[in-house]
Amino acid sequence: MNTVTPPEYLPENSGDTARLTRHFRAERFDFGSFFFSGLTGLATLLILGILATILLNIIVNGWSAISWHFVSTIPKKDFFDANTTGVLPMIVGTSFRVIMMTIFVIPVGVITAIYLTEYAANTSIITRIIRAAVNNLAGVPSIVFGLFGLGFFINFVGKNLDTVLHNTSAVWGQPALIWASLTLAVMTLPVVIVATEESLKAIPPGLREASLALGATKLETILKIVLPQALPGIMTGGILAVSRAAGEVAPILFTGVAYYMASLPAHLSDQFMDLGYHIFVLSTQSPNIEQTRPILYATVLTLLLLTFALNIVAIIIRSKIRRKMRSLH
Amino acid sequence: MRLRFPPRPHQFFAVTPSPQNESRRSHGWMGIHRGHKARPGEWLAEKFIFLVSLSAILMVLLIFLFVAREALPVFFGQTNTALVQKPIPPDEMDKHSAAELAAYLEITPEQFAKLPKSTLRTLMDIKAEGQDDIPENFRNDPDARINTTEWQYLVRAHQWTDYDKPEYIWQPVGEIKKFNIIPLVVGTLKVTLVGLLFAVPLAVGAAIYVSQLARPRLREFLKPAIEMLSGIPSVVVGFFALLVMATVLQSIFHYQTRLNAFVAGLALGFAVIPVIFSIAEDALTSVPRAYTQAALALGASRWQTAWQIVLPAALPGVFAAAVLGFGRAIGETMIVLMVCSASVMSWNVFDSARSITTTIAAEMAEAVSGGPHYRILFMLGALLFAATFVSNMIGDFVIHRFKLKLEGKR
Repeated sequence: MNTVTPPEYLPENSGDTARLTRHFRAERFDFGSFFFSGLTGLATLLILGILATILLNIIVNGWSAISWHFVSTIPKKDFFDANTTGVLPMIVGTSFRVIMMTIFVIPVGVITAIYLTEYAANTSIITRIIRAAVNNLAGVPSIVFGLFGLGFFINFVGKNLDTVLHNTSAVWGQPALIWASLTLAVMTLPVVIVATEESLKAIPPGLREASLALGATKLETILKIVLPQALPGIMTGGILAVSRAAGEVAPILFTGVAYYMASLPAHLSDQFMDLGYHIFVLSTQSPNIEQTRPILYATVLTLLLLTFALNIVAIIIRSKIRRKMRSLH
Repeated sequence: MRLRFPPRPHQFFAVTPSPQNESRRSHGWMGIHRGHKARPGEWLAEKFIFLVSLSAILMVLLIFLFVAREALPVFFGQTNTALVQKPIPPDEMDKHSAAELAAYLEITPEQFAKLPKSTLRTLMDIKAEGQDDIPENFRNDPDARINTTEWQYLVRAHQWTDYDKPEYIWQPVGEIKKFNIIPLVVGTLKVTLVGLLFAVPLAVGAAIYVSQLARPRLREFLKPAIEMLSGIPSVVVGFFALLVMATVLQSIFHYQTRLNAFVAGLALGFAVIPVIFSIAEDALTSVPRAYTQAALALGASRWQTAWQIVLPAALPGVFAAAVLGFGRAIGETMIVLMVCSASVMSWNVFDSARSITTTIAAEMAEAVSGGPHYRILFMLGALLFAATFVSNMIGDFVIHRFKLKLEGKR
């Protein structure tokens, strides 16, 4: 977009564009431009360097420490011991909470996106309030979601549920898997809404018009024509939400995570262990940081492999949809 | 099908279809139109879609309501942390109001309403006996008689016993609990400013390079690569800062405290860079190509075009990126929690710092549910929510105006 195109008074095919561009650029060379362009390039390089350093450091150190035994063992109470420790309950806990979160967030997010793109007039007040709310929800600090989960789900919904069900001891009115998942669902709602909206907008209006012209109602058009087309995009939204939620620790601190559990979570009202929280525990509460270091790197690598695998799937799906959409236009 | 009920204007008058009255057309009663097949099911489904779409608004309201609800007693001065209180004799219970007694017994009004009178009486006795057990040295301490959750002790320096001068102290444990929030606010701002001073120039520079100067093929690689940084969970960034960066930076700068606000701020910058980069790059790309082409045609170099034409045109967007980055930075929890945690009242970046988020995350587990400490942590959460709410609003408003301006609507 920024290449200099040859002026029109030059005869056509008077030389290739690249040579001409080089000619024009050489004429305008000045040191200031070169220096400042270089500076912005350096900023870009520095950011990439930081990313590469973090990843390489973790991969190199983690690769030598990770093993099949490590990812498939339930650790004993003292999980700082490098020989007997494992992260199976953390992998299971993180996967459970993320899967349940997806089940809660996808329907609500998709329906909201359908309303925003298919029904709402862009200028109406209610649409603008919904959009403002979505934007705000995306910017609320994750720890505030944790407080919200504690204040609303546990102290309000859970405690009242216990009263209604006549539980003598707290079953729902305490940190639990379901409350952590619901808190995360509220947190990732904007991610799903925005991704679904984008995929809905990418569907050519001609498809909708053709369906309406054939006599289908608006709802039929949405359910049978628009949604199947948007499915890959909705999946991308779900995966982005999952990869965002998988590494979050702050919202689950008070709503369900446990320091140690001897068994895997079996019930919705159970607490669970979590990869991200385990990283926090290992790195701040270890009695001997040098001995914990290999386990720590292996745990971080496990979490990164989990999230990056999901991210890469999202990117592949997105590029496939775009190619498909381009062929439709 | 002829439907007479309820009568609608379009059932009596012939309405010529035109785009104008098409948009104003009534939706009928439960989706039933004259001359159309009745579809009440579809009408219900559409109303359901509308109701579900309100959930985002509902969630924002609920977050505000329930975080504020737990913090309300602090705002209304219903909490009392004074160690030595004027005891209320159990016989004089009836002379005091329920709210007063609940605050005195350190229980919530709901709990108070549920408990039978005999239990309350026992509680009053225990409370009165507890007052007798207070060690002698606190009895004569003026600090033991003040309620530290009053606003003046929350935000202003106070001359504590055994201190030389009035000081801001956050110390929620011990006999006399000190809840001054100023050190936490200072800690948050200190870490955030270091993070932004590091992140804004880098992210905006990279955004200029990627959107204006890089070749298209390079851009397609650079943009997702930088945004990949946001895929690294903050707990991993915190871990990296704690184990690797802290040691490396100390060996370069030779400062005293290994874990300080400087390290935390830099790590925070890593987390904020992708946010600022994405929004700034978006703003720079949305500047019309005509601007760039006109500048290049007049003989400006690409750098001159980027710096003197595109950047000024996109400045509101870049500003919004910084504001939204600020909102993200003050809300970041795990990085600061892992890297530094001591609450020190100092603006020196090489001292430790404790941010608001860190305080909530670290102390909520120890705080007694419903107690003053718990209430104040929720109040801090409400404060944080308000701060990010305002910065989001400013950011969104500026971006909205910017987009309108580019479209020529203003």
